[in-house]
Amino acid sequence: MSTTVIAEIPGHERPSVERVNYLNVDHSVKSWLLTHDHKRIALLYLISITLMFFVGGFFAVLMRLNLIEPTGLVAPETYNKLFTMHGVIMVFFFLVPSIPATLGNFLVPMMIGARDLAFPRINLLSWYIYILGAAFTLYAVISGGVDTGWTFYTPYSSSFSHTSVIPTAVGVFITGFSSILTGLNFIVTIHKMRAPGLTWFRLPLFIWAMYATSVIFILGTPVIAITLFLLGLERLLHIGIFDPAIGGDPILFQHMFWFYSHPAVYIMILPGMGVMSELITAFSRKRIFGYTFVAFSSLAIAIISFLVWGHHMFVTGQSVYAGLIFSVLSFLVAIPSAIKVFNWTATLYKGSISYEAPMLYALGFIGLFTMGGLTGLFLASLATDVHLNGTYFIVAHFHYIMVGGAVMAYLGGLHFWWPKITGRLYPDAWARFAALVIFVGFNLTFFPQFVLGYLGMPRRYAVYPGEFQVLNVMSSAGASILGVGYLIPLIYFIWSFKYGPLAGPNPWGAKGLEWTTPSPPPTENFEEVPIVTEQAYNYAGTSESAHG
Amino acid sequence: MSGHVVPVKTYVFVFLALMVLTGLTTGVAFIDLHAWNTPAALAIAVVKMLLVVLFFMHVKYSPKLTKMVVVAGFFFLSLLVAFTLADELTRNWSPRALDWSTAASVTHSPR
Amino acid sequence: MADMAAHNAHHGQHDAFQHQFEDMEQQRDAGTFGMWVFLAQEIMFFGGIFGAYIVYRVLFHDAFEIGSNLLNVRFGAINTIVLIASSLTMAMAIHSAQAGKKGKTQVMYLLLTVLLGVIFLTLKFSFEWRTDYHEHLIPGFGFVIRNAWGGAGIHVPLFFCFYFFMTGLHALHMIIGIPIILVIAVMAWRNRFDEVYYAPLEMVGLYWHFVDIVWIFLFPLLYLVGGRYLSNGGQ
Repeated sequence: MSTTVIAEIPGHERPSVERVNYLNVDHSVKSWLLTHDHKRIALLYLISITLMFFVGGFFAVLMRLNLIEPTGLVAPETYNKLFTMHGVIMVFFFLVPSIPATLGNFLVPMMIGARDLAFPRINLLSWYIYILGAAFTLYAVISGGVDTGWTFYTPYSSSFSHTSVIPTAVGVFITGFSSILTGLNFIVTIHKMRAPGLTWFRLPLFIWAMYATSVIFILGTPVIAITLFLLGLERLLHIGIFDPAIGGDPILFQHMFWFYSHPAVYIMILPGMGVMSELITAFSRKRIFGYTFVAFSSLAIAIISFLVWGHHMFVTGQSVYAGLIFSVLSFLVAIPSAIKVFNWTATLYKGSISYEAPMLYALGFIGLFTMGGLTGLFLASLATDVHLNGTYFIVAHFHYIMVGGAVMAYLGGLHFWWPKITGRLYPDAWARFAALVIFVGFNLTFFPQFVLGYLGMPRRYAVYPGEFQVLNVMSSAGASILGVGYLIPLIYFIWSFKYGPLAGPNPWGAKGLEWTTPSPPPTENFEEVPIVTEQAYNYAGTSESAHG
Repeated sequence: MSGHVVPVKTYVFVFLALMVLTGLTTGVAFIDLHAWNTPAALAIAVVKMLLVVLFFMHVKYSPKLTKMVVVAGFFFLSLLVAFTLADELTRNWSPRALDWSTAASVTHSPR
Repeated sequence: MADMAAHNAHHGQHDAFQHQFEDMEQQRDAGTFGMWVFLAQEIMFFGGIFGAYIVYRVLFHDAFEIGSNLLNVRFGAINTIVLIASSLTMAMAIHSAQAGKKGKTQVMYLLLTVLLGVIFLTLKFSFEWRTDYHEHLIPGFGFVIRNAWGGAGIHVPLFFCFYFFMTGLHALHMIIGIPIILVIAVMAWRNRFDEVYYAPLEMVGLYWHFVDIVWIFLFPLLYLVGGRYLSNGGQ
């Protein structure tokens, strides 16, 4: 970004033009690839996961294209690979790192008033590990793809599949360590490096959410690593760990897989909930309703998430007694999740709400997440799950959480902090338009899938009976709208990075330490260590009492 | 600013205790305790682990936070084992519907 | 990880001070705590395989007892002693830094630790695993199911699969640990550690003790719980 271009733009805050910040301090490629700055690493992650998002999205487009015709357009074997690669890339290479590795990396030190994360080199290492894992997975795509589904269920994956299971598993295995390192960095940073006066109950709720997420990273991810290791071993040597023919128990694989992968669902949604708390307060100009409850509900979700994995296995031959326990515990997760939704809604009450683009995403999140969560209760009930398991109802349910929840929050957060990250504003009208397009496209894509699933259309099939065509075409039409909705922000974000008007330190008038520094922030984040004397989200002014 | 310095005597004592316990656990394995062999072996292992964690790794002298991390690690591990066993051990409690091809299922069933 | 931040010397702080921290105290705290969080991760990493082992041991009790009895308990016991001794020398290395002893004392203890580690690995690979190979006990490498095992025989390979995987993963952790200890020993040789700054030493120590603990559980789980009294023991 040359200074001449900046000078031509009628910015709000001229004085910051010549200021040295983390972006312009050094322009060499080496300075980016060897950076220890958490803000630059966040941008490296942002670029990488955006790439993976569009690769994963490409597979989704092909799937929806295939399902326009009941007879399918591609061979069933190809279709199996399409949904597998879509799932693997979206789950492990986009959703899991999405908010933590980009917004989290950027914001955790800034929100707690630190100069960097505790271990900057490990932070950089985690990005390289991510890239290595992504390389293995992309190699698997090129070398013919995988057809096991993102769940790698045994014994199909260990004994029967003839596709690139091992390269994909290696890719996921490696990427796991990048999440572990990110989680480790966050936990240590949040514990040890908070600014003076920033007690636990003055922390922004985004930090609480990142902390809860990190706990899952640390305690869950190693188990998936070892599980995939066992899978690879079994596939190579056929020693019978998961092969029932030799005495192994394929359901044990599912236990170990879901011990991580269910909490991983909360890895994806918890950071989104953290973003939500920031957005709702900033755009309704109010303190969060029930701060302590929202904070602890994050931890509660993280812990309970480890107790519910068996609800993925109700129809596998798992003991019904275990199923009963898992069903009851699964209902428990609804409590902390509902606390959050109610408290956000209560925060809106009598707030002075404004509808900038980030807020549109936040409001979208509340509705879509609620729908996703409530349909989850259908699936947690043993009896209804027998009917709904393995149908499009499940596909719709988790996309309402993962896309309607996590991706909406991710985009909302990106729009909210973009001026801080780049120092520039994006065109708000376009952003609001894109948010609406995404909302409409999303619902058109996935709502028909609830109906399809309820009517009995199974997931993961390339063909279907003709009576389902109308709903499938609706879904595919929605997917194309959704795809356009995702491309619009890509374009205006790239544009605004170079040409957007200057943002100034705090374009939204939001609270929080990250808004007290210039945009983009200097490498050291704060000129001097901030001292915190007030509660989070003190929008009413200093006089308001502590309880919300 | 340096951490608590544990006297050499403690280290040597802990080491000797660990040696004795290693001998004990090996010896006990050769005696028939019926169902109690495994619990005995695991109990001794837990004591040995505690000795290493508390003294060699200084957790006895560490802040609460460190203790919490250790406890959390083992707690979540026990969740993994307990809930998996809750399934594996109760799978045969309820009568099963006959498989479609009963003959094939006898050799193929995991149990 | 605190080894290369000497450029911060102008802060008037210790050579190893890193800019993102307020002071050495905070840096040391963060380092040690980080190591503990990493070890919590390791607990779950080994925990996954321990969990699977426990499940199969419950399901195939007889086969696992047969398998366990085929292991040489003498090697297991000797290796336990060797590894615990290496933990002691590691603790002593840290102690000598805390007590302000010279770098050479620390180096001596660290090298002793490495030596004991190498003895452990030599016993494991060149004696135990080699014997297992000759007795056709390695799944995937000509495993032979013996008639004497009876009906439980078909599940014995599963025991050995876990045995090699668990001891192999443990050995891998030692193989990773040894070069790290050697790097730390070089730093100790250059008198980088004293009673004020010894965080890297402390961290590698925590790691090594953790590896020791894993073995403390592997030894009874693999070698002993099989009801040794059934056989002559130790082959």
